[in-house]
Amino acid sequence: MALDRWIALVFVAFCCVYGYAAFFTMDQLLPPFMQRNPVWPSTFPKILSVFGVIVGLVVLFGLEATEGSEPSPTDINWRRLHEYKLGQALALLGLMVLYAIALRPAGFLLSTTVFIAGGALILGERRWIAILVSAVAAAGIVWWLVDQVLGIFLRPLPNFL
Amino acid sequence: MLEGILLGLSAALSFQNLAMVVAGCLIGTFIGMLPGLGPMSIIAIMIPIAITLGDPTAALILLAGVYYGAIFGGSTSSILLNAPGVAGTVATSFDGYPMARKGQAGKALTIAAVSSFAGGTIGAILLAIFAPALSSVALLFHSAEYFALMVVGLSAIAAFAGTGQVAKALLMTVLGLILATVGEGALFNMPRFTMGMMDLQSGISFITLAMAMFALPEAIYLVLDPKRSETEGGSGKIENLRFSRAEGRAMLPVIGRQSVQGFFIGVLPGAGATIASFLGYAVERNIASEEEQKEFGKGSVKGLAAPETANNAACTGSFVPLLTLGIPGSGTTAILLGALIALNVQPGPRLMIDEPDIFWAVIISMYIGNLVLLILNLPLIPYIAKILTIPRTFLIPFILFFTLMGAYIGQNNATELLMLVGLGVLATIFKFADYPLAPLLIGFILGTMLEDNFARSMQLYRGLGFILERPMTLGLLILAAVLVLLPSFRAYRARRRARGVAEGD
Repeated sequence: MALDRWIALVFVAFCCVYGYAAFFTMDQLLPPFMQRNPVWPSTFPKILSVFGVIVGLVVLFGLEATEGSEPSPTDINWRRLHEYKLGQALALLGLMVLYAIALRPAGFLLSTTVFIAGGALILGERRWIAILVSAVAAAGIVWWLVDQVLGIFLRPLPNFL
Repeated sequence: MLEGILLGLSAALSFQNLAMVVAGCLIGTFIGMLPGLGPMSIIAIMIPIAITLGDPTAALILLAGVYYGAIFGGSTSSILLNAPGVAGTVATSFDGYPMARKGQAGKALTIAAVSSFAGGTIGAILLAIFAPALSSVALLFHSAEYFALMVVGLSAIAAFAGTGQVAKALLMTVLGLILATVGEGALFNMPRFTMGMMDLQSGISFITLAMAMFALPEAIYLVLDPKRSETEGGSGKIENLRFSRAEGRAMLPVIGRQSVQGFFIGVLPGAGATIASFLGYAVERNIASEEEQKEFGKGSVKGLAAPETANNAACTGSFVPLLTLGIPGSGTTAILLGALIALNVQPGPRLMIDEPDIFWAVIISMYIGNLVLLILNLPLIPYIAKILTIPRTFLIPFILFFTLMGAYIGQNNATELLMLVGLGVLATIFKFADYPLAPLLIGFILGTMLEDNFARSMQLYRGLGFILERPMTLGLLILAAVLVLLPSFRAYRARRRARGVAEGD
């Protein structure tokens, strides 16, 4: 089965779970005075779940024309994923997760410098001085602009300092 | 009206107010370019500064300058990085970014600058002419019509889908609507689908979703296939800033149509620059010839000019209900309304009579602001576009960093970053399977407004009676059905024809 149909299958299952929550669990929390209303908090989700299942099934069963359709604008074929730089992509995603976890405890300046420098290293950059200068400068300038100029608080240093 | 224009000119052309326009446009352009800091956040930050000016005219001119400057700046990051700074410039990236990847970044930025200028200027002229009359038209729309209008907006996404893609586009729209139901709704004030998580109480952040849908998958694609980062232009040097005469001729009718359409969409409360830009793109794609339609999404001049013109015209249009009725047409104008009240100015029908200098100075300053944006930005384009010459080993970490910062600054919450990565991976999988991502975002943006207006109509008419009792609502809903069914019918006919040819009929 093609990837788009797998996605449609997962979407139909998701709509069923979403619809179950809307039809059977949400209304139990409804205060009595709201039960007289013609529209409840679950009304719109109920409509969406039904509509979602219908369009999901249309894609799943391929009821829409696929032959003679426009060529895919995506020029990366997921079936040849192993031929691409998958390791680098996964490492960068991991680095993003690490950045999200470390941003508060490690502080903005340190975590940002490590993130930008680490990202460049993962992608194969080996000019150490350029990496460090750009990472430190970017972290410093962005912190100054956001915290000092715009007044949005960003903890610059690690928690223990 | 002439008297008003002269009054506005004398006020807007004072040294202080001219300085406010220039400052507002510069600040707005800079902030708008940073993904994550949209006009709403920057106007909110600027309010205390504006109030300290003491002069309501100068304050409003400054804030208005920031507003359309931010919309203009947002288009720059849309074109160069595929990371829309503001929702109103999402549609700009559809054709602007492919143009930049073809080595035509300079041309794309010039087209964006010229279209924005034209849209904003024509919008300002229309505002001066129609402001009083249009306020009464907007008053005719009730929640039922708004609900129907939004259904039409969502149906128009069929325009984004190619043959055989309507169901996929609708699936993505429904997913966007479902994501919009997470968190506390304005009408019911009850947490829904939060799974007990405090971070989901206020719903999913639009900025996080926009970054996850557009910036992150593109960055992941650039990592997966390094060849994608090589622009077809070769050296990456920005040489060609000009568009050809033929391209100019093609743009002219688009600018004319979208200035008017964008302005009128902006006038309707609830339908701001975002809807105007998406609808502008959809309309131009639909009415284009079959040959031109193939270009849309791959770097079409018309596809770039349409949303850029429409969003600036809509920004101007959104001032009509704000200035004449005191009703904010969008989140941004709602913040502006708060600023006006803080400045002891009560917007409404009496503003034109009681304080004509403020009313007309703002309108004139909008025209001046658009001129300032053009003068400031055109010479800066080669320098702005230099961003594309940065090696990918540096550019990609920076794109990812700005994407993360955009999501973080908006909410000041590290959980947003984890959500961004999760949604970004999901968006990449959707992209692999050729699902269009824009409908998801449109569904998400319109979801809350759609539900609120639907619920209000249901409460008012004690059920679905509003559909039959209000002819305008019925008409709009029929139009929405036609918009969905027509492409499906065309696809069905094409399939039958193809089958007929194959069987030798």
